[in-house]
Amino acid sequence: MNSLYIRIIPLMITGIIVYGLYKKVDIYSSFIKGAKDGINSAISIFPFTVSMVFAINIFLHSGILDFIFKEVANFLGPNFPVSIFPMALLRPISGSASQVIMTDIFKNFGPDSFVGLLASTLEGSTDTTFYVITLYFGSVGIKKIRYALKAGLFADLVGIIMSFIIVSILFG
Amino acid sequence: MVSLIWGLLLLIGIIFSFLSGNLSLVNDEVLKSSAQALEMFASMFPVIVLWMGLMQIASDSGLLAIISHKFSFILKRLFPSIPEGHESLGLIASNIIVNMVGLGSAATPFGLKAMEKLQELNNKKDTATEAMITFLVLNTSGVTLIPTSIISLRALYGSENPSMIISSALMATTCATVVGLLCE
Repeated sequence: MNSLYIRIIPLMITGIIVYGLYKKVDIYSSFIKGAKDGINSAISIFPFTVSMVFAINIFLHSGILDFIFKEVANFLGPNFPVSIFPMALLRPISGSASQVIMTDIFKNFGPDSFVGLLASTLEGSTDTTFYVITLYFGSVGIKKIRYALKAGLFADLVGIIMSFIIVSILFG
Repeated sequence: MVSLIWGLLLLIGIIFSFLSGNLSLVNDEVLKSSAQALEMFASMFPVIVLWMGLMQIASDSGLLAIISHKFSFILKRLFPSIPEGHESLGLIASNIIVNMVGLGSAATPFGLKAMEKLQELNNKKDTATEAMITFLVLNTSGVTLIPTSIISLRALYGSENPSMIISSALMATTCATVVGLLCE
């Protein structure tokens, strides 16, 4: 697995350069032109990064999720890996936050436990919908996103439910 | 809807901090969050600039057109509103390929560029087109074949078989993507 991961970027770059030279493109000028455009795209996403990091941090660090899920934990007993719930909830909002919880589950229950496998599957099954939507739409100045967020979040919900079902069937 | 969620995240956070007597946290976060955002930006910025440069070469040499041609049988169905051979298709295909191998950070520049090209086809510049939403659903449901960061974390915490979750994650992500595309 790792070997593919290591090879893919060098392969892509080699392909781009070789094909560019073969087609007699002035590859250096092209690169500079693209990179210059890239500066504008990159700068245009900064406000979205700031807005998301700010709101998500305030929400997460307020401790409200700990508070809510402590109640759930009392109800379900000490051996139940409650942290899977906030993880599922956070996955569409913040990839790094859900990854922290996943790491925590690995530490406490082991990566090969049922909940460890479930957490891994959850983490791998969706992306940070909220961030991607604000970033991509924001970068081109779309304000009316229509049903995009609903569609994205619905797909996440399906991913979460299917993770439970599939892990139960495959490893349960 | 984004405004509502964004506002709610902030308000719930601030009110709960107030109720739990932890209001200084909000003050800290104002400073810390912006620094953290800058840090994220600083790590993303050069990656975007670099890949946008490489993409320009791929675009000028016609490589992107070839990629979009190779995937046109799927892309045509998913994006009926995009004219055949449009540059956005090659970018969308590249974005999905890079996402599939779990290299999200390298995929973002392709995605941003694809959105830019899709916006050129858009008649109402402030409103999302169907093609854009399809593309975002594809992206957010996360078509990841090899979730590399998860596998390495699993290995780090002593998993016997770190890559065993590939199959389950792939099935879950496929269901999410298919349902997302069907409903949308």
